[in-house]
Amino acid sequence: MAQSTPFPSQTDVDEVSKSFAFTTRLDDLVAWGRKNSLWPLPYGTACCGIELMSVMGPKYDLARFGAEVVRFSPRQADLLLVAGTITEKMGPILVHIYEQMLEPKYVIAMGACASSGGFYRSYHVMQGIDRVIPVDVFVPGCPPTPEAVLDGVISLQKMIGDHKPRPWRDNWVNPYEQKQ
Amino acid sequence: MSKSNNDKLKQDLKARFGNQSEAWQWSRTFGMDCVVIPREQVQDFFSFIKQNHYFDMLMNLTAVDYPGREKRFEVVYELFNVLTANRMRVKVLVAEGEEVPTLTKIWRGTDWFEREVYDMFGIRFSGHLNMRRILTHHQFVGHPLRKDYPADRQQPCTEAMPIFFDYDPRYKDDDEEGIVPLNIGPSHPATHGTLRVMAQLQGEKVHRAGVELGYLHRCFEKMAETHAYNQVIPYTDRLNYCSAPMNNIGYCKAVETMLGVEIPAKAQAMRVVLAELSRFIDHVVCIGANAVDLGALTGFFHLFTLREKVYSLFEKLCGARLTVSLTRVGGMAQDAPAGWFDDVLATSKELRQGVADIEKLLSNNKIWIQRCSGIGEIGPEEAVEWGYTGPLLRAAGVPLDLRKTDPYYIYDQLDFDIPVGTTGDVFDRYLVRIEEMKQSLRIVDQVCKNIPEGDFTIRDKAIVLPEKKDVYGNIEGLMNHFMLVINGLRPPQGEIYDATEAANGELGFYLVSDGSGAPYRLKVRPPCFAIYQSFPEQITGGLVADVIAILGSMNLIAGELDR
Repeated sequence: MAQSTPFPSQTDVDEVSKSFAFTTRLDDLVAWGRKNSLWPLPYGTACCGIELMSVMGPKYDLARFGAEVVRFSPRQADLLLVAGTITEKMGPILVHIYEQMLEPKYVIAMGACASSGGFYRSYHVMQGIDRVIPVDVFVPGCPPTPEAVLDGVISLQKMIGDHKPRPWRDNWVNPYEQKQ
Repeated sequence: MSKSNNDKLKQDLKARFGNQSEAWQWSRTFGMDCVVIPREQVQDFFSFIKQNHYFDMLMNLTAVDYPGREKRFEVVYELFNVLTANRMRVKVLVAEGEEVPTLTKIWRGTDWFEREVYDMFGIRFSGHLNMRRILTHHQFVGHPLRKDYPADRQQPCTEAMPIFFDYDPRYKDDDEEGIVPLNIGPSHPATHGTLRVMAQLQGEKVHRAGVELGYLHRCFEKMAETHAYNQVIPYTDRLNYCSAPMNNIGYCKAVETMLGVEIPAKAQAMRVVLAELSRFIDHVVCIGANAVDLGALTGFFHLFTLREKVYSLFEKLCGARLTVSLTRVGGMAQDAPAGWFDDVLATSKELRQGVADIEKLLSNNKIWIQRCSGIGEIGPEEAVEWGYTGPLLRAAGVPLDLRKTDPYYIYDQLDFDIPVGTTGDVFDRYLVRIEEMKQSLRIVDQVCKNIPEGDFTIRDKAIVLPEKKDVYGNIEGLMNHFMLVINGLRPPQGEIYDATEAANGELGFYLVSDGSGAPYRLKVRPPCFAIYQSFPEQITGGLVADVIAILGSMNLIAGELDR
């Protein structure tokens, strides 16, 4: 009774738990849940938005991949699906919406315009949304076929499942606040 | 395109304006009368024309920049008579810094057109109450459609535009009791695009409303000036992306009229089939989206199944679903595959059944009728005043359809009816659209049963690229291909305004050619731009829930609204 074992410090617990496979497995479990229940926020601005309706609608049916709960409130969504051209006028609003989303959050740029400005090399079109927010998956096409969008969602699911987040999202700062 | 006939007007103008009118220069290009008047007489001239019912609609207002001239800008007005489909063009020459008197007191529908000219060219309209930018963002410097503004000079916008009503002369800064500001959009589930409505609510009622647009301003007109004629076709696809082929057709028709060519009978038939199928799916999207916004989700799934069927037809025809770009100047890009028209006929049967299903779901649905009837009402005079065209004008009781009043292609040989509403409310708009869908299928059936034999494009070497087997097979074909790609097709110098009946109304293209390989100026007259102007007035005083119903019924497509 005289000698009781000291309570292990936090570092010890961390050290000990690392020797088990416990943490990783919980991560896997969480990732499995996350990737199969993406809640998209369809940020449809242009033609791609119309094609996105087909992705959600009958025949292609994004629900098969667990992403049918469309949320129009950024606070309830974890996948920002930017479908269509983003103009300079729209830029601050897109960033505002992205900031309102809770972690973990993912971004898919659907179509040529969202990815790079597309064939609108013009005075009012942002040349790709990756200039203002970090993008996880780019889907090419003008507009992409629904199959291509589904492929993009599957790639994102794989990324979540493999625990390989895009490195650039950690260093992201709001470009508009930076400039002021 | 109709030939304008204004001999009587000329005499009457002489009687009214006397000696002043002798200095006016009349001209006639491509069958359209054009007169140049001094800017001091603008208001007298137009009020005379309107009061004496020569023309009751100002269809289009735009400007063209000629940097070398003493008076740098031409402000161009396109007038239209709703009953006779007669047209006329009026021009005013303006130098840098000069102002043109506004026409907003004569036609309310000129409001946004004048703002657009100010935004794009920097021409101010004296007497306009709200002379500020409309399409570009509020931090933008310069006027992009001037020839000295580079097409790719971007200017970042660093903050979103706040809610404001300063432009309204009745607006006072000290708020009345119980007024709540409400911002809808530009990313909102019920706006289906980048529309933004700023409103003030008093309880459930809309006290004051304003709209802001330009969130999808993709600079179509500037892009057209920097691309060859055939390269513009993919850009037109993305104007009204719900019925992309109709924009292709409208644009190609304008260029073809300018070149003075008539496309072969088979190409005309193909274009009519494509246009009517597009009209069908455009109405499908409009009704489906409108129903979803009001809580009828089942209709959406039914309607979008129909749309997928039409998209499968497009895919079979050319490989693309949404943005087909299938027309070329002079005809079509390729022939329809064997058996395609039979597929269309078979699909048309299914579509007809689908429309009947929708009618069962909605037309007698008590909730749908109660939500839709009696809101957004508009009378025929008022609708014409605002510049309404298409289903919305017909719902208000004006039987204007360019397919009947000014037939192009083979429409005059086809048997179809123009549905007309009575009150112009949201329910009438729905009924008109449903009926038009049926009529479109009627047209499709008639055309597909009698497809004419022959070529799908003209074979003019100065206009149409040779077939690939000739390009690779013989030297003439190769030379022809090379010359056409390097030089481009070159319409003669001149200007033209040509319109087709698109799903939303009159889709007009005002095209100025300087004889080079790219358009000197291409202005689109999008139908919903004129319609959307009346929106703040339509919702003011109504319930906030009706805002969404009215918005959906207008079928606003941001691509053609903001261009």
